[in-house]
Amino acid sequence: MTPPDAVAIEPLVPDRATAVGPSRPRPPARGPLATSRKYYKIFRVSLVERMTYRGDFLLGTLLRFLPMVTTILLWRAVYIGSGSTDLAGFRYREMVAYLLLTHISRMFSSMPNLASGIARDIREGTLKRYLIQPIDMIGYLLSYRVAHKAAYIATSIIPYGLLFFACRSFFDGLPGPATLAAYAASLVLSFLVGFFFEASVGMVGFWFLEVTSLLYIVMTLNYFISGQMLPLDLLPTPWSGLLKALPFQYLAYFPAVVFLGKVRGTDLVHGLLGALFWAVFFLLLARGLYRVGLRRYSAYGG
Amino acid sequence: MAMIEAEGLTKTYHVFQKKEGLLGALRGLYRREFKEIKAVDHVSFSIDAGEMVAFLGPNGAGKTTTLKMLSGLIYPTAGSARVLGFTPWRRDDAFRRRFALVMGQKNQLWWDLPAADSFQLHREIYSLPAADFQKTLDELTELLGVERLTRQAVRELSLGERMKMELIAALLHNPRLLLLDEPTIGLDVVAQVAIQKCLRDYHARRGVTMLLTSHYMRDVEALCSRVLVITQGKLVYDGPLSGIVERFGQSKVIRLEFAEGQVPDDLGRFGEVVRRNGPSADLKVGRARVAEALGAILDRHAVADVVVQDPPLEQMIARVFEEGRASHDAA
Repeated sequence: MTPPDAVAIEPLVPDRATAVGPSRPRPPARGPLATSRKYYKIFRVSLVERMTYRGDFLLGTLLRFLPMVTTILLWRAVYIGSGSTDLAGFRYREMVAYLLLTHISRMFSSMPNLASGIARDIREGTLKRYLIQPIDMIGYLLSYRVAHKAAYIATSIIPYGLLFFACRSFFDGLPGPATLAAYAASLVLSFLVGFFFEASVGMVGFWFLEVTSLLYIVMTLNYFISGQMLPLDLLPTPWSGLLKALPFQYLAYFPAVVFLGKVRGTDLVHGLLGALFWAVFFLLLARGLYRVGLRRYSAYGG
Repeated sequence: MAMIEAEGLTKTYHVFQKKEGLLGALRGLYRREFKEIKAVDHVSFSIDAGEMVAFLGPNGAGKTTTLKMLSGLIYPTAGSARVLGFTPWRRDDAFRRRFALVMGQKNQLWWDLPAADSFQLHREIYSLPAADFQKTLDELTELLGVERLTRQAVRELSLGERMKMELIAALLHNPRLLLLDEPTIGLDVVAQVAIQKCLRDYHARRGVTMLLTSHYMRDVEALCSRVLVITQGKLVYDGPLSGIVERFGQSKVIRLEFAEGQVPDDLGRFGEVVRRNGPSADLKVGRARVAEALGAILDRHAVADVVVQDPPLEQMIARVFEEGRASHDAA
């Protein structure tokens, strides 16, 4: 079979050549035959492009879970080695379920290119359009991100569904409706905390032209302190308490333990309120930094 | 009614002076030296509703900085401005709904999407009623002759077509003031003329106030009856385009064609010979001495044809720029 991109590139080139330049006369590609051929080409290109993206997406999702196989084996070895069936309240099956669930959390809370995009807008001056048009930058970025996430989540339902179906033996079925509702709320809050946190990081671009290294540090640290690597309960006492007081647990750890039914009653309410607090905190921080930064930008740059 | 009123607008930038080489860079880590640059220096002018005004000046003269202050992107260091009755850098939504800024070097449209999608986004941003939006859009695409291109990805359009799309996007909300920064930069002559025509037609139809900066004298000649000349941050001329000729064009060019078949050798006596080609020659003569020189030449030689011209506007503008620089250096 021909690789999809080889097919995609070919019809694109002549199309573009005829489209460029008002001075160049269009070739007389008229008549029903030419028109239908053109639309067939467009149809084929769009279809192949869609398929290429789908393929890439499916493959990407599967590859992201490939390390999970090693992780599952590693944790099995840990549980066998420790000789106990329970580590910090997590049984072996729960541990694997937890790690799978953090992927769902990150589907909501990760914000690829948000901070770096803001910093780039500041550096390259594309920030202007938010200043000239009657539009609020953070509001615009938020709605853009919601749309982006909705499309992403809608397209991931199939691969994720398959994966969770394959891994169903690690779960004790679906939790009750109350827990599910709390889980949904925790995911929405993880999105908001993630969004406003990264937006705040991006605003640093008003003071430093380059934020790549800062972002790298934040992302690396985040992997550990948000609980993506292991449940925060596994850490020794001062550390687990400290990390649970930080906002990052809401990006991965918290929704996962809500789903597993490890947080209940008042703890659950406190947790959700905590997430809400941090979402509002970073919202205000991002707004404040934007305001101060804009004043600086307007005074020095532009 | 005054659309724009600028009073003593001044913008000073602090520019970090970087020393050469590694040692200089290291020194810069703990001690930074700044240089003050006055990008705009006490500029005052007033523009009435419906006027079409050109902002002329060499690179770095302060044109764009002034436009940025008038559109509210940056604060002035000193001075004040009222644009459409608002202080621009307060960025009131009411103000932002009434003006548009088009920068020839920056595009606002989504690169990978058809312009139509960007237009829809603009409709949302400015919350325009669907019927009004469609009416304006149809009118603009017809005016610019791009009805068939709005569904094509922007990156596939030519530079001229892209600029037209940018203009449409900027005009969708019917701004009362249009600020244009180098709208024809990088365009070929055909596209330049097309953009000029669009702006002129749009101005005639809507009576919108326009302030544009440009390097191309053709843009200015085609569009604006009034020019502001700025060099070294200072406003050195404000008046009609023809006034520049009177004020700065101190000489005229006499184009002569001699019946004798060759240019006489003594032509240099009457003025500066700037061109010599077979039987014809260009003679540069001070404005006041044109009649006298012409009389003398006609007395002595058989002249087949004669034309008296002003030197090209570009040259005069260049003179204005140079004078501005010289007086600045002397100060």
